[in-house]
Amino acid sequence: MTVLSDKTTGLKPSGIRKFFDIVSEMKDAISLGVGEPDFETPWHIRDEGIYSLEKGRTFYTSNSGLMELREEIAAHLKKTLGVEYDPKHEILITVGGSEGIDLMFRAMINRDDEVLVPQPSYVSYEPCAILADAKPVIIELKERNGFRLTPEELEAACTPKSKILVLPYPNNPTGAVMTEEDLKALAPVIEKHDLYVLSDEIYGALTYTGKPHASIVQVPGMQERTILVDGFSKAYAMTGWRLGYACGPKEIISQMTKIHQYAIMCAPTTSQYAAIEALKNGDPDVEMMRTSYNERRRLVLQLLQEMGLPCFEPEGAFYVFPCIKEFGMTSEEFSTRLLEEKKVAIVPGTAFGDCGEGYLRISYAYSVEKLRKALQRLHEFVDELRA
Amino acid sequence: MDSTDERILSIIEKNSRIDAKELAVMLGTGEIDVMNKLQRMEEEGVICGYHTMIDWDKTDIEKVTALIEVRVTPQRGKGFDEIAERIYKYPEVNSVYLISGGFDLLVTLEGKTLKEVSMFVSDKLSTLDTIIATSTHFILKKYKDHGTIMEKPEEDGREMITP
Repeated sequence: MTVLSDKTTGLKPSGIRKFFDIVSEMKDAISLGVGEPDFETPWHIRDEGIYSLEKGRTFYTSNSGLMELREEIAAHLKKTLGVEYDPKHEILITVGGSEGIDLMFRAMINRDDEVLVPQPSYVSYEPCAILADAKPVIIELKERNGFRLTPEELEAACTPKSKILVLPYPNNPTGAVMTEEDLKALAPVIEKHDLYVLSDEIYGALTYTGKPHASIVQVPGMQERTILVDGFSKAYAMTGWRLGYACGPKEIISQMTKIHQYAIMCAPTTSQYAAIEALKNGDPDVEMMRTSYNERRRLVLQLLQEMGLPCFEPEGAFYVFPCIKEFGMTSEEFSTRLLEEKKVAIVPGTAFGDCGEGYLRISYAYSVEKLRKALQRLHEFVDELRA
Repeated sequence: MDSTDERILSIIEKNSRIDAKELAVMLGTGEIDVMNKLQRMEEEGVICGYHTMIDWDKTDIEKVTALIEVRVTPQRGKGFDEIAERIYKYPEVNSVYLISGGFDLLVTLEGKTLKEVSMFVSDKLSTLDTIIATSTHFILKKYKDHGTIMEKPEEDGREMITP
């Protein structure tokens, strides 16, 4: 008998992890590689967390999470998306958005069901699907489509075994968003193949199109086949609090709650109290941060344009995804040389799927000064490569 | 005053060295537009200057800052304005505010030594006709000034690379 699980040892090591190990050796490098806000959690939210500790609220909450928080989430979704969720049966408070991904797969997958994963996208869909005994089916998103998922691409990937479609928008790492029309166009294919949708909307508050974020659950007929995953990490700069939520049909949420109850018990109590404050009074903070990200997004796009690096214009999250195919190197070679020669750490696009080859993910959740300095070095680097 | 004006002010209030070109890119407008807006707001006195935040405590140059609460007799037809002007014209005075509460004016003052500040209060301020009383508070430590936390070093608490 072997010590370790074949399924676990067979998982590919994360591309990010590999790069992290190289970067952590170089203390003086400037990193544009972080997938989290540069803001600290707004003080009034932290203060509520502290206050809850002072009041001795240090016990477990119910498995599903504090009722008051679930009610606030229901009200928030009603206000932002115009959709109704029953806080009692259709909302589960999770440890970050990522727990919701894992729970949905484990609650729904039978061996060899297929999970459709559009890439480039966040690193955990594929391994979580494998751990749940599903077969991940990768859909390679195209820059010419603005890294949006088209109905044709979805149709081509569907088989009788297709069960769950992952919709990772606004997207990490590309910054792509799906419009209401894009989402409506997917609905017939989703219905035809009787798919369920994992809509990962963790960056939903951070879009720069001038229009509110659109969700698949707003499309008629889609809410009853979707698990909407969101959380507090990106919108309220609360990554370290580890708090998210999953919303969806009662039958699925109740099975997800069962796994959550055995594996986790409940999400951190302090974080839940802080999150109530975030939802009640955090709108101006979100708006302030969104405005600031948008300014930096414009600046980074301009600086990339000045160095002649082609870059699709992202409309969400806090990443840009420039193309480096002209240099004839792999993304990993490019990133490694950039780090060694210019001491700038940028994550290679391949960390988010093989089809990220030829791209880099630049996070602009950094101060303007730091962005300018790091991109100046990138500019020098590409000039030297072209010389 | 439109929303772009407001963003320009918020950004340069934190970083006055940012140039018009960069502001224009960040706000999605033209450089000329930003320059016109800056000039207009300077002329209107909305932008009153471009200063530098200095933590003098970190240098070996001695500086003393004091807050002085001042009670005055308002003058007929002039209110507090005339006495405020007499006070703010001293170059060592940093700021003068008319305030509500037990005192009328709040004056902040910078000097080289405690003695210099004390002399200013006793010789110049207290001897003005309309001044009834003063109360001087020396600042022992500045924790935060103009929205900037003085002690905290700039550091990024995040990991170098995260997904």
